[in-house]
Amino acid sequence: MDQVTFVLDVMIPAFQNGLLMTLALVAITAPFGLLIGIGVACGRVYGGKGVSWLMKMYAVFFRGCPLLLLLFILYFGLPSFGIVLSPFVASVLGFIFCNSAYNSEYIRGSMISVKEGQLIAAKALGMTRNQAILNIVLPQALRRSIPGVSNEFIYLIKYSSLAYMITVIELTGASKLIATKYFAYNETFFAVAIVYLALVTITTFGANALEKKYAIPG
Amino acid sequence: MALEILIDWFPYLLSGISLTLGLVAAALIIGVGLGLPLALGQVYGSLPVKTVISIYVWFFRGLPVLVLLFLFYFGIFPAMGLDLPAFYVGAVVLGLWGAAYQSQVFRGAIQSISEGQMTAARSLGMSRFQAIRSVILPQSMRIALPGWSNQYPEILTESSVCYAIGVAELLTRSSQIVSQTYVTMPIYLACAVIFILLSYAGTTGIHMLEKKIAIPGFGPGGS
Repeated sequence: MDQVTFVLDVMIPAFQNGLLMTLALVAITAPFGLLIGIGVACGRVYGGKGVSWLMKMYAVFFRGCPLLLLLFILYFGLPSFGIVLSPFVASVLGFIFCNSAYNSEYIRGSMISVKEGQLIAAKALGMTRNQAILNIVLPQALRRSIPGVSNEFIYLIKYSSLAYMITVIELTGASKLIATKYFAYNETFFAVAIVYLALVTITTFGANALEKKYAIPG
Repeated sequence: MALEILIDWFPYLLSGISLTLGLVAAALIIGVGLGLPLALGQVYGSLPVKTVISIYVWFFRGLPVLVLLFLFYFGIFPAMGLDLPAFYVGAVVLGLWGAAYQSQVFRGAIQSISEGQMTAARSLGMSRFQAIRSVILPQSMRIALPGWSNQYPEILTESSVCYAIGVAELLTRSSQIVSQTYVTMPIYLACAVIFILLSYAGTTGIHMLEKKIAIPGFGPGGS
């Protein structure tokens, strides 16, 4: 088979399916990762001693445990407790744990950076604690955490490749399969590298634009 | 039952630590050895040098480690006629990958030293190289240390991806044990605990080093 037919008939269809799978993994993970990250950060900063400690342990465990090991635990480990997850669900769950743990650190940092006087002032105006956190602290903290969170989103695109290790055929998986089948390692892996680089570069531009748009003037 | 199996196999699992730490050490050593020249080139180099380094950094930071491993293990190294064992491929790939990240830490630190110091050193008769070595680097390396040490836990967790090319590090060994004994959770959790302890121990050690070499009243926020 010559190069042109290989690219047109084999590589492009395989990469299309793989890309869709990668995008699905990322698109489902990202919102949950952000929401749970916000929850964990709030618990850590404003929760009682017990809640705060628990949230800290959540972050320590999911940041310290290699993601690949986490996927193995979810996919190969949980069935021994009778919980059988499909590869896709196990991957998304693993990514959400990992993504939210890292996000929580960025958001926690930016929550602490909002001056405490603002919380006191909000209370003095008659807001409840929850109202103050929701309306005063979070809007500022989230803006400040955009660089960190968007960086984590770019990481998510990259580590979504690990889903292949538990048999989700996303971009990396698709490339590995055709590389092995057609014995075309260099061509295929360089091609998939270009796809990843394009994804990451586009996302970086998007993240920079987002950061500029939501920057607090002054 | 499961506990007995865990105890029986624990030495085998533990001996994976040396390979995991070997990968991490290689990534850190190559990371400094290559990352520092890259950073210097990006700050002080000519335009072509800067461009080449930027492309290098963009390439290695933009790709998943898994893809890099596949690319080098199945593609580039065999095409070059090199038949390297998986461990060396893993170490080199993690090193090249780590160098891209670490170069950016060093670059930020070098750029944080005010330009006036370079001018002052030059006016005292130092060559550019002397100024970099004796004035810029001693300060910027101290500033870079916290950022650089943040790379350690990241490299540690990422080293587990070398499972994909069959390096017998911690994760590979735990899945070997799992497929031998059919005991899953205790083995995987033991592996997770080892990783978290390694991460914690390393970070604590580096923090102690940071305190020891800090110049009083100098450094990023004293930490």
